[in-house]
Amino acid sequence: MMAMTHAGYIAAGWGGAAALIGAYAVWVLRRGRSLSRQVPPEERRWS
Amino acid sequence: MTAPTSTTATGPPYGDGGASEATMGRVARGHTGSRASRILGGLALGSIALLVLYGLVWSPPDTEMADSVRLMYIHVPAASFLYTGCFITTVASAMWLRRRTPGWDALAGASAEISLVFAAITLGTGSLWGRPTWGTYWTWDARLTSTALLTALLVGYLALRRLDVDPSARSTRAAVLGLLLVPNVIIVNRSVEWWRSLHQRSTLVKLDPTIEGEMLVALMVGFLAVGLVFTWLLVHRFRVAWLEYQSERLDLDIALAERRAEAEQRTQPTEATPA
Repeated sequence: MMAMTHAGYIAAGWGGAAALIGAYAVWVLRRGRSLSRQVPPEERRWS
Repeated sequence: MTAPTSTTATGPPYGDGGASEATMGRVARGHTGSRASRILGGLALGSIALLVLYGLVWSPPDTEMADSVRLMYIHVPAASFLYTGCFITTVASAMWLRRRTPGWDALAGASAEISLVFAAITLGTGSLWGRPTWGTYWTWDARLTSTALLTALLVGYLALRRLDVDPSARSTRAAVLGLLLVPNVIIVNRSVEWWRSLHQRSTLVKLDPTIEGEMLVALMVGFLAVGLVFTWLLVHRFRVAWLEYQSERLDLDIALAERRAEAEQRTQPTEATPA
């Protein structure tokens, strides 16, 4: 594979996007778990 | 996954004078996942892997922009789903103002929050793409400025949703602001046509797209991957918003039950006093 031009920009863009989405997804899942403990099961219609 | 529980067996804790202890006794472990969301998550991960292969390995560099064009496979889909999220928020806000059902309010808030994440990605990748292409990370161009204003509007909308006021009034105020998102999206989208702009014009929204071959395939895979991620996040964030609403309602019921119990305790000694 040939060397990639602008590799730093591409790594920062792709890496930053992946990190932001990953961190946000983890936060959403953790918040969901935490709140699920406070709410009765019948209010969690998806489970 | 927790099996559905009959309401009569466990009974909703709302408004029963027994309050907190009974509620705590009924606490069950849970999460925001379901079979459908797990399938969606698996598809999203698979499509992300495909996007990495197409976007970073299989697609060729551009003749003018060289490899920096690979930022397009994230930037353009992220911007498109920023618009989609704003559209969902505006529609859900309108539905909340019309119907006043908490589901619409939860959907509006969930979608706005995800839109803000996608706005950050759009601005970040756009800025990183701009440096090698235009020679600068930022310029007060019509497209960039209007996107920054849209991001500020989303921040304001989410700040409004966190005000410590009556939940219904808070949702109504946020919904009025939420109605302004789609008009702003139209301004962002049309800005490159209405004003002189450094930003390139629409690449795909015409019969003769300006890209083709493997680059077009990579962009389409980008739309698929980002779309699946957006949908997965929306499903989970909506469920979290629903849980927040239920938790807030539960807290209010418990507080009311405690005040009622205190009031009863205060009246009892008076009644028991012999004449």
